[in-house]
Amino acid sequence: MARFIKILETLDRRWIFLAMAIAVAGPIIYIGITGKTLPEKSTPAASAVYNAIEALPAGSSVLLSFDFDPASSGELTPMATSLVHQCAARGLKMIFIALWPLGPQMIDETIKKVIRADYPNLIEDVDYVNLGFQSGNESVMKVMLTDFAKAFPISASGSAVSTIPALRGIARVGDFPLIITISAGYPGAKEWIQYVVSASGGKVKIVTGCTGVQTPQLYAYYPVQLTGMLGAIKGAAEYESLVNASLASKDPSAVVPAKYLEAQRRMGPQLGAHLLMVSLIILGNIAFFAQRREKARVNS
Amino acid sequence: MKRLIPMWIAIIAGFAMLFSAFFPHTESWGEVFGNIFNVVAAIAFVLGAGSLAKINLAKVSRRDAGWGYAAITLICFAVTLFVGLGKIGVHPNPNPQFAALAWSGEKNSEGSVFGWIYKYGLVPITSTMFALLAFYVASAAFRAFRAKNIEAILLLSTAFIILLGRTFAGVVLTGWLPEWASGLRLENLSVYIMQVFNTAGNRAIIIGIALGVAATSLRILLGVDRSWMGSRD
Repeated sequence: MARFIKILETLDRRWIFLAMAIAVAGPIIYIGITGKTLPEKSTPAASAVYNAIEALPAGSSVLLSFDFDPASSGELTPMATSLVHQCAARGLKMIFIALWPLGPQMIDETIKKVIRADYPNLIEDVDYVNLGFQSGNESVMKVMLTDFAKAFPISASGSAVSTIPALRGIARVGDFPLIITISAGYPGAKEWIQYVVSASGGKVKIVTGCTGVQTPQLYAYYPVQLTGMLGAIKGAAEYESLVNASLASKDPSAVVPAKYLEAQRRMGPQLGAHLLMVSLIILGNIAFFAQRREKARVNS
Repeated sequence: MKRLIPMWIAIIAGFAMLFSAFFPHTESWGEVFGNIFNVVAAIAFVLGAGSLAKINLAKVSRRDAGWGYAAITLICFAVTLFVGLGKIGVHPNPNPQFAALAWSGEKNSEGSVFGWIYKYGLVPITSTMFALLAFYVASAAFRAFRAKNIEAILLLSTAFIILLGRTFAGVVLTGWLPEWASGLRLENLSVYIMQVFNTAGNRAIIIGIALGVAATSLRILLGVDRSWMGSRD
């Protein structure tokens, strides 16, 4: 026992790094080979996102703000994929914007992966439009409150906003029945709530998919200012399973492509990493108490 | 004059934004200053690029410690700027309105050098940086999470519930609990902690911050606080 405690006390952190690599890589390889994912039961916050989109009549316009970049892509891309998947399946008009400089690339990738691949009948500028990035953070939101076209005068492909059919009837941001923000930090969901939802007197409905770091902060706004929330990869996995189950009920013979299972596939590595963290905390405390007892024994 | 003009710009813009939020007739004021802010924010990108070049060039010319990294930064910056502004490898815009214009395509479109740098340079680098967190968090958890006192024990217990409750481990460990005790299942406990304890604490912090921001904003708007302009030197 004493030897074990000694090992714990002097454990090189590279062993911990190796253990973490195995804890993450093991489930990735297993899920990659077998294709099996862990079952997910959705929480009310994730269900609220699904229900908010499902409640919109077909043909409604939805504003999707991609407020993230490749650094948080691992956490947020699966939910972005599923959100666009549900919107496209519901027949909603999707208006994409970005308040982060690298957001347009994330939009392009999602459009390519979901809309162009699985919904080729959707026409750019009619069923969806990418308005690209606009600098100015919350100031852009404030301009959108009074005049949407002033904040985003042209689309990423160069069309004037006034000529885009998908934006017909949209004069200000409050005209969107639902705003979806995929948020990695500043500006993000918090700013949307503070500058758009609050300024509209709560008339604007907003749902978000956010990083794990933001989730505890955003819970303070849920469910009043924030209609629904997908917290980190766990929230994404819950939402993804809801969307997949709903679409499978319409066509039970359809095979779900791997790109629509990304979040659920990532719950495996998350399980491995979390279990390792819990084990490490326990081991660290065993070493700590053993050390403390030893010190007390020496002092007495 | 160097301090007076910025101070008055801040006071006028601040009051315009404040009024625009409360009085419908002044709504357009907020829009005007919002547009001005957007223009200034765009100019700030140029300022930022200039500042980055200045600092790193100075480091390289002085041969400061780590000047090699500064040189790499400058080379990457110059290459990205050149291929981005020059739209190297960009195809003309598919929009028929601009088809005749060679530079009308998106800088990030398929086949462009800028898009290549983004896809094979930026994405792997930033993802790797983010992924490294898992290793350092694990190491920190082993060394720093100690049950030293009651507060630390509470923190540790919460961490265990959240860590296990946010994965399938929570279902395996406590899924056997009967329906009447389902509130004690780890996945439900983690939601309860987030929605009740975390929300209460966060709302208190948010309200505190809001009051602080309101007080500081008022001091700036009234010209009492001028520290945001830096020192007189």
